[in-house]
Amino acid sequence: MATYSTNEFRSGMKVMLDGDPCNILENEFVKPGKGQAFNRVKMRNLMNGRVWERTFKSGESIEAADVIDSDMEYLYNDGEFWHFMKTDDSYEQVAAGAAAVAECQNWLKEQDVYQVTLWNDDPIAVTPPNFVELEVTDTDPGLKGDTANGGTKPATLSTGATIKGVPLFINIGDVLKVDTRTGEYVSRAKT
Amino acid sequence: MSDWRPSASVAQLQQRAQLLGVARAFFAERSVFEVQTPVLAEHTVTEPDVQSIEVPGFGYLQTSPEYQIKRLLAAGAPSCYQLGPAFRFGEQGRLHNPEFTMLEWYRLDFDHLQLMHEVAELVDRLLGAKPYQHVSHIDLVGPAAGRPRDELDLAFAEACERLSPGRFFITDYPADQAALARLNADGATAARFELVVDGVELANGYWELMDPAEHRERFARDNDSRRQRDLPEVASDNAFLEALEAGLPNCAGVAVGFDRLVMLALGADGLDQVLTFRGQ
Repeated sequence: MATYSTNEFRSGMKVMLDGDPCNILENEFVKPGKGQAFNRVKMRNLMNGRVWERTFKSGESIEAADVIDSDMEYLYNDGEFWHFMKTDDSYEQVAAGAAAVAECQNWLKEQDVYQVTLWNDDPIAVTPPNFVELEVTDTDPGLKGDTANGGTKPATLSTGATIKGVPLFINIGDVLKVDTRTGEYVSRAKT
Repeated sequence: MSDWRPSASVAQLQQRAQLLGVARAFFAERSVFEVQTPVLAEHTVTEPDVQSIEVPGFGYLQTSPEYQIKRLLAAGAPSCYQLGPAFRFGEQGRLHNPEFTMLEWYRLDFDHLQLMHEVAELVDRLLGAKPYQHVSHIDLVGPAAGRPRDELDLAFAEACERLSPGRFFITDYPADQAALARLNADGATAARFELVVDGVELANGYWELMDPAEHRERFARDNDSRRQRDLPEVASDNAFLEALEAGLPNCAGVAVGFDRLVMLALGADGLDQVLTFRGQ
């Protein structure tokens, strides 16, 4: 198994810590003028999303994690697993469990492409694109003439997600562009 | 895209130039003269936690001008300073760069307390006047006895980061961290100090050890420690030891990380903003 030394640590590098794959976020070199050198490393545990801070002696090595991000098309949910297919013409499919799709569930639309994180070929996380377009399935009736200023209302989307800050002129059946990082309305999608 | 641009802005570099001028004027006022010792020399330091960059066939890029300035002092030079590049292998980060600018000066007939006073005057000149607090090493990190050195070093580094905001002199280092400082009368602590400003380790100074036999012992201990840690041994600098035999005058000396000082003066949060081009 490959290992990385602290002096190779870069943000985005995937390593094993306490049995879980982690993504290195920050690596700070700490050294008193006359003392030993250390690396204070912030990393995100890819299994539970928690951010850990650990201090290593400079030169220490830790195991690399076999983690890759792959673009995949969302196919369907069979009630237990969410199925994705690679977009590289291999038609290779993976089945992601609830934990992997947890943060993405609100934004999953069939035939859209998502980033699936595979650890030892198992999907452990699904990341939506920054913007998705989803249809409104429920919202209060639109108000004629109220196009620019004025209030907002919540709207329920085809995935079941409810977003706030939707302008009053939006109707059921409209397709909205949503920022998945903030969960906020961006605009009405052009149709 | 190629990364040809300087890491600091031109305005920051102009402010840096102005600070270099202020520092040189500070020493001119005190008749402390500027020296330039070789940056590339045959020998280097033995300290186990300072790694040198070797230049095959030539020697080493100097980690500090200390040995060479002490040879000048032994040869009769009066108080003097060097303001120029120093190099350390493997040190790279927000507050570290393998090549950095060191301001190091030696004052004849000063002890470390008088030198601390002068360090504060220089820092006041460059950063504006503020009060200084004194904290002993033992008060900062607790008793050193029986603790592994790596644990102690990390505790020290983290304690320094917490010394913020404010200016703090750390004094009374444990005897085994004396480096090249003489021991205090108690035999347990060294006449060594450091200055930490807003959590950044800025200066390290000694009331200098004069005894050549004690120097040889400390070099041997450094190499013992290097062997234990699988680090390359470093040959003692005999010219330096012979200069000590000839007689180092009573003096105190201090090294200041000048880039960090500029960083603090500019309110920058890393060396990137004060260096022309960042080392890779």
